[in-house]
Amino acid sequence: MELLSGADMIARFLKDEGVEYIYGYPGGAALHIYDALFRQDDVKHILVRHEQAATHAADGYARASGKPGTVLVTSGPGATNAVTGIATAYMDSIPMVVLCGQVASHLIGEDAFQETDIVGVTRPIVKHSFSIRHPSEIPTVLKKAYYLAASGRPGPVVVDIPKDMTAPTERYEYVYPKKVKLRSYNPVTRGHTGQIKKAVEMMLKARRPVFYTGGGVVTGQACEGLTDLVQRLGYPITTTLMGIGAYPQSDRQSLGWLGMHGSYESNMAMHHADLIVAIGARFDDRVTNNTSKFCPTAKIIHVDIDPSSISKTVRADVPIVGPAGSVIDEMISLVQGREPANPDALSEWWDKIEGWREERRGKLYDPSEPGEPLKPQQVVETLCRVTRGEAFVTTDVGQHQMFAAQYYKFDKPNRFITSGGLGTMGFGFPAAMGIKLSYPDDDVICITGEGSFQMMMQELSTCKQFGVGVKIVNLNNGSLGMVRQWQDLNYKSRHAHSYMESLPDFQKLIEAYGFTALKVERHEDLEPALERAFAHKDELVFLDIYVDPREHVYPMQVPLGSMRDMLLSKTERT
Amino acid sequence: MRHIISILMENEPGALSRVVGLFSQRNFNIESLNVAPTEDSTLSRLTVTTVGDDRVIEQITKHLNKLIDVVKLVDLTEGNHIERELMLVKVKALGAQRDEVKRTADIFRAQIVDVTPSVYTVQITGDAGKLDAFLQAMAPIGILEVARTGVSGISRGDKILSL
Repeated sequence: MELLSGADMIARFLKDEGVEYIYGYPGGAALHIYDALFRQDDVKHILVRHEQAATHAADGYARASGKPGTVLVTSGPGATNAVTGIATAYMDSIPMVVLCGQVASHLIGEDAFQETDIVGVTRPIVKHSFSIRHPSEIPTVLKKAYYLAASGRPGPVVVDIPKDMTAPTERYEYVYPKKVKLRSYNPVTRGHTGQIKKAVEMMLKARRPVFYTGGGVVTGQACEGLTDLVQRLGYPITTTLMGIGAYPQSDRQSLGWLGMHGSYESNMAMHHADLIVAIGARFDDRVTNNTSKFCPTAKIIHVDIDPSSISKTVRADVPIVGPAGSVIDEMISLVQGREPANPDALSEWWDKIEGWREERRGKLYDPSEPGEPLKPQQVVETLCRVTRGEAFVTTDVGQHQMFAAQYYKFDKPNRFITSGGLGTMGFGFPAAMGIKLSYPDDDVICITGEGSFQMMMQELSTCKQFGVGVKIVNLNNGSLGMVRQWQDLNYKSRHAHSYMESLPDFQKLIEAYGFTALKVERHEDLEPALERAFAHKDELVFLDIYVDPREHVYPMQVPLGSMRDMLLSKTERT
Repeated sequence: MRHIISILMENEPGALSRVVGLFSQRNFNIESLNVAPTEDSTLSRLTVTTVGDDRVIEQITKHLNKLIDVVKLVDLTEGNHIERELMLVKVKALGAQRDEVKRTADIFRAQIVDVTPSVYTVQITGDAGKLDAFLQAMAPIGILEVARTGVSGISRGDKILSL
């Protein structure tokens, strides 16, 4: 039997749970815990420069590795600064445990210094939260927190720890709980076999089927199974932004991603399909456009681990509650040895899809000529080529995010890391930092814009302290591109506060931190600059790339329309 | 349509706020709410009446079930059930009104539980409709104060909501 203080229990538990990195920022209420971390070497603490960055870094790590990220912040402002990152993780179902210091129990409710009811503040944006009420319950509560964060539909869990719970003088027995049980929480482990059989029969009889898969396949680690199933059937597949890479995008059956700025062929195929097989996707408004006009001729099979996602916005004809992995495996075993019933209809369907593909080939954007401003699309395409499509790519939010998703081609899951649900500007750079620390041998790129980057650029200091060699690709158009695009389309080009005056000289700024920055203004400089940046294997390099501010992201679904109603360029629409 | 949903949940701090928060967060409706511990002190029973079409009610029960503190729930309106609410009403009782209040209370099988020279306090139980009808009957006489517990309910027959 081992007697430990609450603070030492936390440090010990993190080690026993296999946590390698925690991201955090110290402060009064968390100091006992920090002292315990100081006296051990197993868990590495990364000191960020703002608590929001800690949550994004832990989030990035979680998205890349599939394991829960860990954050440690102090009470009050420390905890409230973490809120945006918690909400980001919640919206995208990312496993994360956030340990928050709290004022001592006897002060709670007295408006004490740095007191915030963080459990109350975060209630709508967590999977669950705990308040520690006795030091002896720390190991069990932490185990529950990690179990809840990572199982079922994953999500962030907040643990509120009053300072007296971690007092060094009070020691209690510590045993690492290998397992915990919660009587009210039993995530499903497999889907209903009858429903799966019914779904497979519909799939085999389909004439115009489309797979539509989302982040649930990635977090459910079901990408291999999905690829197998889709290839056995030979059906087209489109993924959500969150599902990018679950199926190799370079394969012929991949239509790319769908929705507001999704590919023409994927949105067209969805609209004309007679069967949609949705797995781990939630029919959100950036995918469906107007739900009353959504896929008018399709029956819908919907597989999701969260029953509340099913028939939330679009009614499913065959709902299947279960984890993507086991449902897909069961589908594969039912499909085995059988052929689709309508090969002629399917080949007609493929002809139609190839037709849509052909329609837009070479027309996605107008590449500029030397002497003209670079197009952001060109930059991403070149970046993809230079890194052979193998890098981890994080993004912030806006036009650059869509261009990154459209023009970098991913054949592997967990490589495109973006804030899909919440759309958090400032996410990309700290997320990249969290990934690079755990994947030091891989290229980790943050594609960003000057608007988003300035929201979290203080993390340059963290990268300096811990030698984090991420590459930052700043698509600099001197404006908040996506806002500007909407203002061009809906507000007669009245650019209300979507321009960025007084941008810093990024080169000088980056150099002040001791890093390399490369400014690219001309075509001919792009590829050499990228080559140079990636030759600096383990160093942070910032590429300040000036791109055409007039460029818009297309296709773009027309508001209130169906999936096939799209603007295809500034002058064309479907 | 109006639904009565009964929930068994962990008797833990914060559990109630999660349930109530869910309703406002998801834009669901709460008509009445009633909560107290059960015979098992680790469990509370919460009964909520809400209004919504089938799709909304399906979402409400799914989201409630997702809350970690919610152990089990039942939509009582899906089957035969007993619905009860307790109400205390203070009404004006002067002169001829005193008899009128007493008579009406008798008709509704309500009891007068406190008396002053000018006020009767009436206690009445029943479903929400009966309580509404009693208030309507008392309105011309003069209602001074109303305290309702909100609906509680239980299934008829052998059906049981327990662990």
